[in-house]
Amino acid sequence: MKKEKQAKEIIFKSEKEVPLMPMSVGNMLWNKTGGWRNIRPVIDLENCIQCGICWKFCPDVAISIENERPVVDYVYCKGCGLCAEECPSKCIAMVEEEK
Amino acid sequence: MSQEKKEKKMTLSLPEEELMGSGHRACQGCGAALAMRYALKALGEKTVLCIPACCWSVIDGPFPYSSLDVPIYHCAFETAAVSASGVKAGLEMVGDTETTVVAWAGDGGTFDIGIQALSGAAERNDDILYVCYDNEAYMNTGIQRSSATPYGAWTTTTPVKHFKNRPKKDMEAIMAAHRIPYIATASVGYPEDLFKKVKKAKDIEGTRFLHIYAPCPPGWRSRSEDTVKLSRMVVQNAIFPLYEIEWGEKYTLNIKLREKKPVDDYLRMQGRFRHLTEKEIAYIQEEVNRKWERLLSLMDRSN
Repeated sequence: MKKEKQAKEIIFKSEKEVPLMPMSVGNMLWNKTGGWRNIRPVIDLENCIQCGICWKFCPDVAISIENERPVVDYVYCKGCGLCAEECPSKCIAMVEEEK
Repeated sequence: MSQEKKEKKMTLSLPEEELMGSGHRACQGCGAALAMRYALKALGEKTVLCIPACCWSVIDGPFPYSSLDVPIYHCAFETAAVSASGVKAGLEMVGDTETTVVAWAGDGGTFDIGIQALSGAAERNDDILYVCYDNEAYMNTGIQRSSATPYGAWTTTTPVKHFKNRPKKDMEAIMAAHRIPYIATASVGYPEDLFKKVKKAKDIEGTRFLHIYAPCPPGWRSRSEDTVKLSRMVVQNAIFPLYEIEWGEKYTLNIKLREKKPVDDYLRMQGRFRHLTEKEIAYIQEEVNRKWERLLSLMDRSN
C-alpha cells in the first residue's frame, strides 16, 4: 500500500528552515484545482457500463474507482469535459456550476 | 438489475497505480499531463526525470512542491539529453543500474534548442530514454512558432497574414540517421499503445527516443474535451502515424489504416487552422499523402 499523502501547505518561518538542497518536500495536493471549473461532470451510475474509459482519460487524476464504480473528486476536477466526451454510453452529463 | 451490475468486475486496460498526483497546474484537457500519467504508469517508481524549461516544469508545481512521486531534475533548456546522460553516469558510479533515466522535454526543447545535446547523446548511445511530448509550438511562453509547428498553423509569431509556410521537421528521420536502438511515435489518444512502447523502451539499453503527440487546447484554440479525439484523428488521417524504428532501419507500423481519413475534419476542429482556404487544405492533404507513401515504401523495404 502506498503512503498516504497529505494536502498541506508548507510555510518556511525563517531562512534556516529552508532545505539546503533545492528539493521538493511537499506535494501539490494543497492546490485545489476544483475552483477552475465552470461545468461539473455528473455520472449516471444506473447506465454506467464500467468500462473505465473516464478514469483512463482524466488528465487531473480526479476520477477514482471505488466499489467497481467511477467516482469524481470535485476538489481537483478542472471540468475539462474529456470524460463526458469519451464515455461510450454517454452517461456523464456536464452540469453548469451554481454560484 | 442493479444487483447484477454490482457484481461485474471492472477491467482496466492500464495499471491502477498512479505516480502523478492531482492538483498539478496543467490547463483543462492537457495532453502533456495525460502523456506523463501513462508514461509513469509504465516506468514505475525507479525513475529519474530530467525536465528542461517546458510546460512540465510549470505543471509540476513551484518549490518546495511536486506533483510527481519520482525525483525530478530541473535543468537548463538546451541540456535535457546531456543532463540525463550525466545523471545516468552518476547513478552507474554508485552502482545503481536499475533506475531508468528519462529526459522529458517539449517540442521546443527537442526540435530547436535541445537538438545538439540530443544528437550528442544519441551519437554516444548513452543509456537514456528521451521523451518529447509534442504540442507543436512554445506553449509555455505564449504560443510561439517552433520547428514542430505544422504548415498553415497560426501562432503569435506567425499571425494569420503570415502563417507558417514551412513543413514540420521530420524528427524521427533525424533520429533514425543516428542509428539508435529504438525510436517510436505515440499519441495520447492510444494510451495502451503508448504504455506498451514506454514499457518496451524501458528494457532496451542505449538511447531510446519517444515522440508523443500531446494536444494543447489553449494553444491550438480547440475545445478542451476534444483533446483525445484530436489525438486519435491525427493518427487516423496519417498526419502523425504510429510506428517504431529499430536500429534506424527496421520500420514497424503499429496502427494499420484500412482507409485514410481526410485531413479536413481534423483541421476544422482547431482555431489555429481557421484561416486556411480550400487550396491550402488540398496542399496539406497532398503533403500528407506523399509522406504516407514514403513511410509505406520504407516499411516495405525494411521487411
